[in-house]
This record gives sequence, structure tokens and C-alpha cells, in this order.
Amino acid sequence: MNTSGVIAQLLEVALALAGAPLLLGWVDQWRARLQNRKAPPVIQPYHVLRKLFHKESVVADSASPLFRIAPYVKFGCMTLACAIVPTLSSDLPLATAADGIALVGLFALARTFLALAAMDIGTAFGGMGARRDMLIGFLAEPALLMTLFCVSLLTQSTSLANMVETINHRPFALEPSLAFAGIAFTIVSLAENTRIPVDNPATHLELTMIHEAMVLEYSGRHLAMLEWAAALKLFAYSCIGLALFFPWGIAEIDTPLAMVTAVPVLVLKLAVGGVCLALIETISAKMRIFRVPEFLATAFLLAVIGLLVHQLLGA
Amino acid sequence: MIHIDWILAIAGGWLLLGAASLLVLRATAIVARWIFPLGALLGGALMVVALDAVFCGPEVAQLVIGLPGLPMHLRVDALGAFFLVVIGAGVCGTSLFSAGYFRTEEGTPPGLLSLEYHAFAAAMTLVVLADDAYTFMVMWESMAVSSYLLVTANHRVAAVRRAGYLYLLIAHIGAIALLLCFGILQANTGDYSFANLRAQHLDPAWSSAAFGLAVFGFGAKAGLVPLHVWLPEAHPAAPSPVSALLSAVMLKTAIYGMLRVCLDLLHGGPWWWGMVLLGLGLASALLGVVFSTVQTEMKRLLAYSSIENIGLIVTGIGLALTFHAYGMTALAALALSAALVHVVAHSYFKNLLFLGTGAVLHATGERNLGRLGGLIRTMPWVAWLVLAGVLAGAGLPPFVGFISEWLLLQSFLLTTILPNSFLNMLIPLVAAAIALVVALAGYAMVKFFGVVFLGRPREEKLLQARDAGGWERLGLLWFAGGVIAMGLFPVLLIDLVDPVTRMLVGGGLAPAVHANGWLLLAPSGIERASYGPLVFLGGVGAATLLGLVIARWLFRGRLRRAPAWACGQGPLPVRDQARLQDSAEGFGQPIRQIFEPFFHVDRELPAPTDAHPRYRVEIEDRIWLGAYLPVARLVDALARLVGRLQQGRISIYLLYSFLTLLVMLLVVRL
Repeated sequence: MNTSGVIAQLLEVALALAGAPLLLGWVDQWRARLQNRKAPPVIQPYHVLRKLFHKESVVADSASPLFRIAPYVKFGCMTLACAIVPTLSSDLPLATAADGIALVGLFALARTFLALAAMDIGTAFGGMGARRDMLIGFLAEPALLMTLFCVSLLTQSTSLANMVETINHRPFALEPSLAFAGIAFTIVSLAENTRIPVDNPATHLELTMIHEAMVLEYSGRHLAMLEWAAALKLFAYSCIGLALFFPWGIAEIDTPLAMVTAVPVLVLKLAVGGVCLALIETISAKMRIFRVPEFLATAFLLAVIGLLVHQLLGA
Repeated sequence: MIHIDWILAIAGGWLLLGAASLLVLRATAIVARWIFPLGALLGGALMVVALDAVFCGPEVAQLVIGLPGLPMHLRVDALGAFFLVVIGAGVCGTSLFSAGYFRTEEGTPPGLLSLEYHAFAAAMTLVVLADDAYTFMVMWESMAVSSYLLVTANHRVAAVRRAGYLYLLIAHIGAIALLLCFGILQANTGDYSFANLRAQHLDPAWSSAAFGLAVFGFGAKAGLVPLHVWLPEAHPAAPSPVSALLSAVMLKTAIYGMLRVCLDLLHGGPWWWGMVLLGLGLASALLGVVFSTVQTEMKRLLAYSSIENIGLIVTGIGLALTFHAYGMTALAALALSAALVHVVAHSYFKNLLFLGTGAVLHATGERNLGRLGGLIRTMPWVAWLVLAGVLAGAGLPPFVGFISEWLLLQSFLLTTILPNSFLNMLIPLVAAAIALVVALAGYAMVKFFGVVFLGRPREEKLLQARDAGGWERLGLLWFAGGVIAMGLFPVLLIDLVDPVTRMLVGGGLAPAVHANGWLLLAPSGIERASYGPLVFLGGVGAATLLGLVIARWLFRGRLRRAPAWACGQGPLPVRDQARLQDSAEGFGQPIRQIFEPFFHVDRELPAPTDAHPRYRVEIEDRIWLGAYLPVARLVDALARLVGRLQQGRISIYLLYSFLTLLVMLLVVRL
């Protein structure tokens, strides 16, 4: 563990914490533009966070401590996820603590805690949201693992940092297995981040809510932490996608120069990614909850096809 | 020679304790306060001795008990000692819990129950020690009989008797297969000692037959599909500490037997053996987990989850057998380590969960998920300790369940280099199925914990539930501590497993793992994959604390308690409030819909005009309906046919005698 690695690590976490709401604001702004609505300012999520931090936190009478710690656990998990994923540099001291599989486990840990917290109050919506979120979770998690396996077969490693370095060093070639994995990953990220074909982050319609139903009882600082964590999750997923499928520009050694060039490259990639996400959300419609398994099964199958293609071509 | 003597002394001690408890047959207080804690002490001692024995060479002994000229051969080697650790740890925690658990009589008097319990523990120990087929079968059967008596402890209930009968039936069908298996293994030498069986080199057809019989026999005990039907009946029927021992420890003796026969006595086999186990394991894992998500009774849910976990273990063994067949030592060691780590992990968290259900059952008298809820507020000790088991059972980091899952997935990822292209294609699909099973296990565990401990109490009496007492907490702490500690220090687990894999497949992970220090688990090189649970936990903890600090720092509002929103209905009575939340059936509904073909669903839906609308849904196992019931009916029909001979009148029997005599005379004449 070297000092520059630690600095890169801290820089990454700070960038994620500060920048994640901005990405969310960027996506929302573009979505509004594409839908011919008047766009909110790009810093709208910061306003929301500020508003929530100034409001009172109402906790239900029947809430146990589990309900109150869950937002912080989710926030902690998402922050760690942002620290593990190579966004700026692939020479991270924390990266050895968790490889791709452990990262999926980390997301599952956060999901489990939030689902349990949602069931804790004992209202109609909490349980419904928990059930639906776990449904999406158990479908998305294997698909996510399969996409990671697709890439790791190519790189012979499940450590994210090594995956990025290996892909970075390969001569540029279109890998069919990576293409399948990329599409699968996109579908999974839409589902995991409660984006439109699966869930609508802006809805409060009881028949369609998933994530919003789980956090319905939260308010004030707890809700602020959850909103922030959701932004961090979107940031982490975007960075995983960029790192695995477009890794160019990530620094491999933490010289100050490499870090300085890595930041604008990342911002540019995230900006383009955000517009793509807004475009996907605009051109697709929210689907019924029982169409979601088919949607996610498609992702799963695509990832498996990716694996088989890799085996067949013997790459 | 020292270990084996100690282990025998401990087994003898258990038998003595059992005999002593007959003297105080109905004195519940003495049995609970003295005999069970002493049993726990012996369990702890067994664990310590076995922990040491894992790292020492094999030791043999002979006991001159039994038929003349046929002494009992005993042996403790790395494989046996590893399973003795599991048995010792399991019995220790369960006995601690039992000291507080058996307060009132449940059918069988407590002294008798204690005898059966300790005999069961001793029988499991001796199964693992046995070094010849006679001893093994005698102990195997003692284990079956003593556990049957424990299962039927509450024998006044007809359903319990039925469950016990089914268990005994399938246990014996399995035992017959094992007898035949040992018969093949001795290859007409007439010497049934394991040393001789090991020395025999059977031709492929015979060794495959022996393998098949062993898989059948041990599979019946382990609850592999399609021989799993007894498990969800028998495990819930028993008192909770017994359910814990059955699910968490006894099933492991079947895994022990499978390893002993397949890898030790038969020295591995062709690659398709591994595929057979892989297929059976995967089918069990998938069926077990899907059924566990739709259960409405907490102990049944856990019993099905045991089928799932045994399936995962067998999948790992299957993979190890395949690698072993191709001579890939490092990969075989990785897959086998994953399976063995899961043996330990499952034994700890399943003990914890079953004991937790015991505490809930005692406090509330309810085992139906539809009548529980909100117990985290009245039983915080049980709830928070069980949460550790739930998170481990869901395979989440940094708990122990994740270690085995991680190792198993790693061993699948590294299989791209098999010389068989068919297998190369197949194995990623298996990895996908494993990922699905683990994710579904998370669903089942959230359902279990959420419905039992969270939400609002579904019955008013739950508000008066009392938390577990001191002994029970101690038992739960023992397992919860293990689940957390082993999750954080996986390198120690790898150390424990290493001598076993060395003995069975000739390679181990310990050197590779030690190269990276004790913080990091990197079985195949740090650049390939690594997982450091302590750093992981530190990271999550630090980030969570950071969140807390940020929230305190930015927060300008205040905290207020208020009633939860009841969908605009205003204040509701407690019962109606509870009815707003998801029921156990409701929580399982998505799984029921997605995996519809797995189930035979019997639904009763209310009509719009019903005065008292009723919704009922019952889920049956298709295997039970399709494979077992027809056989049972056939046996019944045959029995009735034979029964026609029995008329119960003396004249008829005299007629039979006369006819027999006539036939005999004719035969003699001709």
C-alpha cells in the first residue's frame, strides 16, 4: 500500500460522494429535455438533499433500531462500492478486499438491509416494496454475476482492477462476448437502479412503485441518506459499466498527471452515459411487474450466450 | 494414540450422561441444569480434540465389542476429524440451548429425551470414527433409530408419528443401499475393514455400481432430490434443538459418508461421477430454495433451505470429483474446499436459525408464519442473533455463508481449461444456476426474518412474548459468534480444510492463501481474485460511520415519533393494523407465479358475493404426488390383497393348514 494509492482512493470516494447527485441531476435534466418538458437545474438533487436535511425526521412508533440504521448501512455499502470500482485509477488499496463477486455481494447486502427495514414498520407498502425489490434482486443478481463472469473469462481474473488493466492492454478488437455482456449489463443496471422500464423513480402510484414503496416511511435525514445512496448506486453502476466496457483513460499508476487526465475523461464518459440513460428512459415505457422477470431473464440469457460465445470461439 | 482415546471417552461420556438421565426421568430441572450443560462441555471438548486431530496423522484403534473375532475397527484421520469438529461444535451449542429449552414435557419425559439425545450425539461421533463396514452400519443405524425417537418425541400428535414413520422408512431404504454398496466394495474378500476396501481395485462397472449405491444411500440421508420428501416433514416435527442437530449436523454425516466412499475408498472415478453429483446437487439446491420461499411454516422453510444447502455442498463435491478425474489437483482442492467450508458454514447458521425458531416457538407457541411478526421488539436478543444467521444464510458478505459461495463460484470460473469441451460449455451454465440459487436463498431468508421478527405482531398474544433465557442466549451466541468470526477470518477455515483436501485429492489451498497474509483470501493468486472480509467490514463500517457523521452534521431538523401511515384509514385496532402488511403467502407470491411448474398449487379463491371471503392456497411437491403417492398406493393395494387371506376365523386358518399339508404330501409323493 503506497501513499499515492491512498490518495487516489480518497480522491475517488470524495469525487463519488460529491459528484453522484450531479450525475442524477444530469440524467433528470436530459430526460426532461428529451420529453419536451422544462428541465430542472442540473443541481436539483443537491437542493432535494438540502431540503430533506432541513426537514424533521418522522419515525414510526413501531420502528425498531433496524429501521433507523438501514439508511446508513445502505449509504455505507454504496460508498464502499464506489471506492472499490476503478473510476479514476486501477491501483487502489481497497480493491483487493473485494473482487467482482464480493461487489455483487455488497449490493445484495444493501438490498437485504433495506428490504428488512421496509418490512419493519409493518405497513402495506413496505412489505410490497420489499417483496418486489427482492424479486428484482434475485433476478438481477445472477445476471450481473454472469456479465462479470463473461469479462472475467476474458481477463482470467475477477478482480475489477485487473479486469480493467487487462482490457486496457489488449489490442482493440470487438469481442462478441463483451458485446453480449454489455447489453446484459445495461439491462441489469436499469433494473437495479430502479430506472424506467422496470421502476419509475418519480412515481408514487401504488401499483407500480418498487423502490419508492420501500422508502415510503422514511423522511428527513433518513430519506436524505437513502436518496444520496441511490445516487451513489447509479454512479457506481455507471462506473462499473464504463470500467468494464470502456476502460480507456483510467490511470494505472497514480502519478498526479495520470490522475489529472483521468478526471475529465471520466466526466466526459459519465456525461455521455447519462444522456444514453435518459434516452433509454424516454423511448421505453414502464412495464408491468410480471413482465420484469422476462426482461431480466433476457439479460441473464444474453450474458450466458456471451459466455458460450466465448467458449465456442475459444478466445 | 491420544486423540482417538479422548474421542472415545467423550462418546462414552455422552452415553453415561444419557444413562444417568434415566435415573432422573421426570426431574426436568436436573436434566436441564446439569445433564445438558455437561453434554455441552463434552461437545466443546470433542471440538477441541478434533481440531487438533485434523492436523495429526491417522490413528487407529480396536474395540473388542461385538461378535467374536470381529472387533470394532476405529480410525480418526483428517476427514473424520474435520467432521468431528462440526459434530462437537454443533452438539456444544445445541446442548447449551437445550439446558434452557426443555422446561415442560412434550410427550416423551425429559430424562428419556436426554438419553436419546446423547445416544444420538455418540452415534454420530462413532459413525465418523468407524473403520469397518460393520461398525459403520451399526452406528449408522443407531443414529437413525435414536434420531427417529427424537423426531417422534411429541408422539401424541398424529402428524409427528407420520413424519417419523416416513423418516424411518427412507432411512432404511438408504441403509439397504449402503449395505449393498459395502458388499460390492469388499470384492469377495470377506474382509469388511475399510483398509481392505481401500486396497481393492474394482473394475469400472462394479465401482460405478458401488458409487451409485453410495449416492443413493447417502443421498437418502442427506435429502437429495428425489429422496428429500422426509426432510421437510421430520425436521419440523422434532423439538427445535433436535431439528437443529438433524439439519445442521446429521445431514453432514451423509456428506462425510459420500466423501469417504467416493474419494477415499473408491479413490475417485470417471468424470461423469462428478456430473451425476453436480446434477443431483443442483436439482436439490434449486428445488429446495424455491420451495423454501413459498413455505408458511417457519421450520419447514428452514428444512427446505437445508435441502438447498446440501445441494450446494454436493455440487461442490461433484465438481471436485470431475477435476479429480482429470488430475487437476489445484482445482479439485478449490472445489472441495468450497464444499467443506460450506459444511461448516451451514452447520453453524442452520443451528442458529433452528434454535431461533425454538425460542420463538417457546415464547409464542406459534410456528405458523401467518400468526407471528414484530418479535424484534419483544425478543431483541433472539432477533438480533438470528439476524447474523439470516445474513449468513443469504450468502452475504462479510458472513461465513459468503466465503463458501465465493470459493464455489471461483472454482467454476477457473474451469475453462478442462480437456472436455462438453463440460467446458456446461460449467458456466451451472455457475449461473448457483448464482440464481444463492440469490433466491436471500429471498427466503428475508421472508423468514421479515415475517417472524419484523412488522407488527399478527396476534395480540405476541405482545407478551418473553425473550430467551440465559442458557438459550448462550447457545445462540455460540453459533452467532462462529458465523461472524469465521466469516471474518476465512484463512483459519482454509487451514482447517487443507489437511482434508490433501488427504482426499492430494492438494490444498493453504500455501497459496498464506502467501497473502491472514487478512486476504486469495486461493489462486492475488491477481486473479481476492477477498478480504476484515477490510471489507472495516470499509462498510467506516463508510456507514461517515454517513452517520455527515447526517448529524448536515441535519437541521429534529426527530419525532408518530404512528405509521395506515393508508388514510385513521387509527386502527392492533389486529387490523397487522392485517395491512404482507402475509407469508403474499411474500412468496412472486416466486409462486414465476416457478409455477415446480409446484402443485391448490387454491381457494373468494367469490365477490361471499359473506366471509376466504383465501387459501396450498402448495404440494410434485415429486411427492407423482412418485411417492403412487408407490404408496400400490403397496397399500398389495397389502389389502394379501390381507384377504387373513379372515380372523380359526376355521379358515385350519383350512390353510390342511391345504398346506395336502400340498406337502403331494410334493413328497411325486
